[in-house]
Amino acid sequence: MTSALNPKYSFETFVVGAANRLAVTAGHTVAESPGAAYNPLFIYSGSGLGKTHLLMAVGHAAKKAAPKLNIEYLTLDEYVEAFHASVAAGQGDAFRRRFQNVDVLLVDDVQFLTNRKEMQSELLRLTEALQEGGRQIVLTSDRPPPEIADLDERLISRLSGGLVVDMGPPDYETRVAILRRKADERGARFEPGVLETVAQAEVGNVRELMGALNRLVAFQAVNDTKINAETAKQILGLVGDGAAQPGDARAPAAAKSGGGDEFGEFLADVTVTVGKAVEAWRARVGEAVLRWEGEGYRTHRLEALLQRDAPGAVDKAIAEFAADVERLKALEAEVAELDPQAAGQSVFRDPERVSEAEQAAAKVRDGAGPPPGPSAAFPLAAFAVGPSNQVAVSAARAALERPGKKYNPLVLVGKSGLGKTHLLNAIGLELARGKRAVVACLSTQAFIDELIAAIDGNRVDWWRARYRRATALLLDDIQLLIGKERTQEELFNLFNLLQDKDRQLVFTAPAHPNTLSGLEERIVSRLEGGLVAEIKEPDREVKRAVLERMLSQQGPTPEPTLIDYLADRPTDSVRSLVGLLQRVLGAAAAQDGPLSAGLAREVLEGQAPRDTRRASGFRASGLVVSSLGGIKSREKVVWDWVDVADRMIEEFR
Amino acid sequence: MSLVNFTTREITCKIVYYGPGRSGKTTNLHYIYGRVPDSRRGRMVSLATQTDRTLFFDFLPIDLGQISGFSTRFQLYTVPGQVYYNATRRLVLQGADGVVFVGDSQARQLDENLESLQNLQSNLLEHGVDIRTIPLVMQYNKQDLPRELILSPADLDDALNFRGVPSFGADALHGKGVFETLKGISELVLKKLAAGTAA
Repeated sequence: MTSALNPKYSFETFVVGAANRLAVTAGHTVAESPGAAYNPLFIYSGSGLGKTHLLMAVGHAAKKAAPKLNIEYLTLDEYVEAFHASVAAGQGDAFRRRFQNVDVLLVDDVQFLTNRKEMQSELLRLTEALQEGGRQIVLTSDRPPPEIADLDERLISRLSGGLVVDMGPPDYETRVAILRRKADERGARFEPGVLETVAQAEVGNVRELMGALNRLVAFQAVNDTKINAETAKQILGLVGDGAAQPGDARAPAAAKSGGGDEFGEFLADVTVTVGKAVEAWRARVGEAVLRWEGEGYRTHRLEALLQRDAPGAVDKAIAEFAADVERLKALEAEVAELDPQAAGQSVFRDPERVSEAEQAAAKVRDGAGPPPGPSAAFPLAAFAVGPSNQVAVSAARAALERPGKKYNPLVLVGKSGLGKTHLLNAIGLELARGKRAVVACLSTQAFIDELIAAIDGNRVDWWRARYRRATALLLDDIQLLIGKERTQEELFNLFNLLQDKDRQLVFTAPAHPNTLSGLEERIVSRLEGGLVAEIKEPDREVKRAVLERMLSQQGPTPEPTLIDYLADRPTDSVRSLVGLLQRVLGAAAAQDGPLSAGLAREVLEGQAPRDTRRASGFRASGLVVSSLGGIKSREKVVWDWVDVADRMIEEFR
Repeated sequence: MSLVNFTTREITCKIVYYGPGRSGKTTNLHYIYGRVPDSRRGRMVSLATQTDRTLFFDFLPIDLGQISGFSTRFQLYTVPGQVYYNATRRLVLQGADGVVFVGDSQARQLDENLESLQNLQSNLLEHGVDIRTIPLVMQYNKQDLPRELILSPADLDDALNFRGVPSFGADALHGKGVFETLKGISELVLKKLAAGTAA
């Protein structure tokens, strides 16, 4: 499962320069006394600067110093693969034991820990265990630990706890040294000044340098002539002015034999011109191949171009290839957001299979429908505003003006039936108007149920991805998270991720978050980090607004006294107010009489006419509330018991 | 004739030395012939009259060997300068990749130069080639003659070089400016080729 150490990658073959001296010294120290000095040793650098080489060199040196040491080198991908395999085989413990017995563990490319929560905790556990046992761990990455996206803070601090060193791109002298060594390894000989010329080129990493060297070696082999500095520049496309220097010994030796200088010079000039003019397309294709290959794309199509004899429409082909790669990148990015695991498919790296990639992306897209959105039944315009909820509403409006920036998160607290759900959905509806907005707006219960279903269906990644691409997350009744540890964990991660991206978060709760016992401290503190806005019992203004709106839906203009009467009735929530009104409306319908304050008084103050029986199944508020809320409210109490006489008849039947 | 054959990986440049009679076209070729190593040159073919004037044409093939994987050959031709050989000139011009106009720097030859230049233009046109598009350089030969007899390259440029193409003063007999001229035309030809394939 793990890779063997490549014998070529040792300290002996590693060229040390100013940019990597510290890392190499640390590597030597660690190899000489594993577990004693820098533990863990974390090396980071850009691509192609020798991380893997150095990592393997540490392994070789440690092995040489103490042959009995158990040394393991592997890339993070291999580590993950090994873990999955052993878990699948039901031998997760064996896996842990295996790595805990390693004396020097070398892990390459840990930046791929992003989006891998389980592996992060597994690695954390392993790092702790190895450190306790005095065993060495060396890791490499293309960036320092705090910059690895989505990395657990505990792991960040653990990884940063030893020594974190970086390696920069090699300086000129180091580049020359590297080139000399590599040319020697290949048995290639160049005229003096050639390698120095190559080293003068501004290259970002050693791999590119090797690419340049390879081209020279290949050129020299094909043409059977020695390359000099000037030709090297030509081959590598380093020449800006192309000025030829007379007397330059560029011509093949045979030219000089009889003709004198003039013909030699002429030949040299023509050679340069042909190189630039006739074969320029080859250089362009070669560059394109190097570039895309470096980015990890398959370049068969371009390589096939090089096999051709005539240039044909080379630039067009390169442009098409680039367009395909761009398309793949876009697809990959899209898929990565929806389902990070699916984005790893090789199809997204092969421009020959764009259509397959399209299909794969479409599949992921289909699978990952948007998360549940806000209900259209709760428009913001229909939300009655008054002094009792002024704070919450203006907070909501402020949040809508600058989503994710002003109040994030916004927590609406208040008792049941005060309109939290309405306001939450209203905010959701407004946010959903934005271009490309994906608003997740749902009850916490639905959120929990979805997670359970996802765990059950082994689709947690997919589930996460759905919410991660939400531009806003609105959860109703956050108190339902109490006791749901896994959901809290998931919400915590989601919360951080969305907040980092300035995406609006809105929650509702029956009371201030810090009074909700059973909610994890880290969630509570995050909820409090935004704005907690309270909605109080409805004041007269709110009540009047609600009544007017509801009565206007009934058609005929109601008596103003009716509204006054009802608004003055003591009610502790909008919902119970609606309940009162429903009763009056019911009575009016039963009597087929007019809506009036008198009727309302009759109904509500116990003088109800006998035949104002409600239709069976009638619900005062018309709202269905989750029983899991467990909140007592007036409408959940039975107000009208069946008449004793009626009940007796019922029972005697 | 195709200049670059990517299938057989050959580059063949046909360069024609054009100009009025006795301006030194054949002398150019002789000088070049003398400087090319034996292994690189073919037999120079020269069909001349008894008074040593070119009757038909001179032909000098030069093999430049492998350049960037192409076996590269230059074919240098001269045309007979005398007015009455126009059919031959037209024939030789066919398929030319580039033209070197060898002018006679002597002041009294200016009209001949002009006439020959016009002749070049019309002969190219016969082949459907616009003189403004074909690679062309000017060589003002016999710059070694006494000053009072000749015009300076600058004067000749004014008189002949309407297109402002590269021009070279030369003394073909002693080789001065010969290879410069050849380099100049080669570069133009090959660059035109590059522009053609890059599209």
